[in-house]
Amino acid sequence: MAKFKGAIVVNTERCKGCDLCVVACPTETLALSNDANSKGYNFSFMEKEENCTGCAACAHVCPDACITVYRIKI
Amino acid sequence: MSSIQDIVDPANLVYEKTTVMNDTPMHYCPGCSHGVVHKILGEIIQEMGIQEKTIGVAPVGCAVFAYKYLDIDWQQAAHGRAPAVATAIKRLLPDRYVFTYQGDGDLAAIGTAETIHACSRGENIAIIYINNGIYGMTGGQMAPTTLPGMKSTTSPNGRDQQLEGHALDMSKLLVQLDGVCYVTRQSVHTVGAVRKTKKAIRKALENSMLNKGTSIVEVVSTCNSGWRMSPADSNTWMEENMFPVYGLGDLKDI
Repeated sequence: MAKFKGAIVVNTERCKGCDLCVVACPTETLALSNDANSKGYNFSFMEKEENCTGCAACAHVCPDACITVYRIKI
Repeated sequence: MSSIQDIVDPANLVYEKTTVMNDTPMHYCPGCSHGVVHKILGEIIQEMGIQEKTIGVAPVGCAVFAYKYLDIDWQQAAHGRAPAVATAIKRLLPDRYVFTYQGDGDLAAIGTAETIHACSRGENIAIIYINNGIYGMTGGQMAPTTLPGMKSTTSPNGRDQQLEGHALDMSKLLVQLDGVCYVTRQSVHTVGAVRKTKKAIRKALENSMLNKGTSIVEVVSTCNSGWRMSPADSNTWMEENMFPVYGLGDLKDI
């Protein structure tokens, strides 16, 4: 099992729903929301929260720097 | 099991947006490589602690508004003239980290002369060169760097080499100049590539203080709007089509 558990916080207003974080996520945690922000973009969110290991891959590839990553050891 | 609320705590922070980058929403299209390069540039400046000592020269092109997003000193140059402007800034203020941030339309088309002569003189500046193979800002027209057979709005049947010439590989050209100390070609499509690009840009900025000559970091990037693809598809297209022509790696490092 994973030794780390992570969580991300997406700045939903800044997110443009480009999908790159969803593709980059190695644990298939992320997905694009059905909700849209004020600009009409479907922002990304943690669909499967339990999968997140806090690897920060999503944050590194995010072109708009919308993702903050947290991680704890378990 | 820990709940999300327990994990989201400043003590457990792994990654957050660099403070050098401000909160102004970027005008770039969703998935644009420019955003990633801006972000890693901000991270490097924060890590090196040189926010007060860095001067960027913004180009004409999509990155024309770079000065709105990174809180460092900026100078806007006329189209293609960024290396000439950076030359003056670096010569007048030699204790500053001076870099230019240019696209392929700026650096490889209208600014070819400025680029080549700044590199030939060995100016102690870093050149960050974003190569996406088209003119992105004006609507995806053919650029000198457009790949053979690549479709653009001004080459709708693909670039014909007989008629429109070959793809211009600026890095390969600049490698031969004695004034150049570091030429590398990177990309930002995966986490690994982002890390490598970050290392390369950091090295280029450090070189600018060592009186070694000009450093060039070419970032092969995507323009999903101009290429008429989704961001994820354009990354795949770039890997399959751009990388065979613009191969990644260090071309010169002395």
